[in-house]
Amino acid sequence: MSDSASIMPEHPPVTDWINDFDHTDPVWTDDPFPIWEKLRAASPVVHTERFLGCYMPTTYKAVKEIAYDTEHFSSRRVIVRDVRPDITARAPPITSDPPEHKPAKQILLPPFTPDAMKKLEPRVRAICNELIDEFIADGKCDAAARYTKHVPVRAIAHMLGIPEKDGDLFIKWIHGILELGIKDDNALMEAVKEMTGYFAGHLEQRKKNPTDDLISTLMKAKDKDGNPLADEHVLGSLRLLLIAGIDTTWSAIGSSLWHLARTPADRERLVKEPELMPLAVEELLRAYSPVTMAREVMKETTVSGCPVKPGNMVLLSFPAANRDPAMFPDADKVVIDRKENRHAAFGLGIHRCVGSNLARMEMTVAIEEWLKRIPDFRLDPAGKVTWSEGTVRGPRQLPLLFGKAN
Amino acid sequence: MAGKLKIRVDQDKCQGHARCKSLAPELFELDEFGNAHETGDGSVPAGLEDKAWLAQSNCPEIAIEVTEE
Repeated sequence: MSDSASIMPEHPPVTDWINDFDHTDPVWTDDPFPIWEKLRAASPVVHTERFLGCYMPTTYKAVKEIAYDTEHFSSRRVIVRDVRPDITARAPPITSDPPEHKPAKQILLPPFTPDAMKKLEPRVRAICNELIDEFIADGKCDAAARYTKHVPVRAIAHMLGIPEKDGDLFIKWIHGILELGIKDDNALMEAVKEMTGYFAGHLEQRKKNPTDDLISTLMKAKDKDGNPLADEHVLGSLRLLLIAGIDTTWSAIGSSLWHLARTPADRERLVKEPELMPLAVEELLRAYSPVTMAREVMKETTVSGCPVKPGNMVLLSFPAANRDPAMFPDADKVVIDRKENRHAAFGLGIHRCVGSNLARMEMTVAIEEWLKRIPDFRLDPAGKVTWSEGTVRGPRQLPLLFGKAN
Repeated sequence: MAGKLKIRVDQDKCQGHARCKSLAPELFELDEFGNAHETGDGSVPAGLEDKAWLAQSNCPEIAIEVTEE
């Protein structure tokens, strides 16, 4: 692409976090936790002129107020970006507001219940072991590239009924939409177009030869008036499932392994007490929540006493909410057996992540199978851990050495 | 002696996080959309009191009510 609009505009480095925050700044990408602490100490809601104007709630309470308030805050834009073009590619139900939201969501919920996930679990265990087989003899690996990325790619491909080998394409589109797309509209539009074309092909095939997978389930679904869903709705929901189902869980599994690589006490405890896994998974989700959502302010209101005006976006940081010490004692510590944990990693209110049961199952299985085969591991001092930018946070390079340190 | 516990899931608040079902499978059931409701009339059998409180204190939507009879 050669036209000027596709050149990534550089954001000036942030010097005043409280009045000029930027969740794409390299300092935030590298270590956002001290920044959130500073913002929270300043105000429950902060504002930046960047991204054409954007608020950020910094406390659990303020995040919850906004998540519950669909009257003043719309989900029609769910990524904070440099631009706000006309809305063309919807992805119901994540981009839907009431009253359209509920019927669109109810179509997607049954395939993602905990019982449905139990049926998928053996395949995911097999995927994990196939991946580990490929690198365990090397004594080391980049776990982000060789393991954590592929678990959700293969699982969602299996559910949708599309080839697992197309995974590299999915990763490319998601990078274009969630990372490059914040600053580069052409990258986003191109990725959306390719993805839509890809799924349109799968829809056409299934019109001739129906299959038993999630794509066919969506094609057979009826709207609230009993009519079949328009192709555009099906394509939007498929885009959503692929985008939301990969980067997010890739990040959650990666952050979990990153934590365990650096924290032998937690790792040893999980190996000795595997029954702690359900609590541990929730705590890792709280401490390293990958997903930050967005809302658009539609009407003037106040949040935790702070005025909020239309024309602005909202960076809805569930990860920051989950680090709020007013809600979680020792919020900045990982307490691997934390008992009381109302974390908001999957959102709060009507937009609760439709794939939360899938994500939990994948995380649990991926960590369990890893610990069974590789109980001892640590960060490779010769390598560098890097993190994704913007909407979803997780390790994109995670060099690990296996075995006990000498 | 503490009295018998009773639980109730507020259907308007439940968003289907399913944390209760995971922590206290004996006390909660999920519908086809994954939303939770209490098993039977919500009476907590003896020995499951801790699980009832655990489920209550992990619901992100504060949708679970535990009362002592």
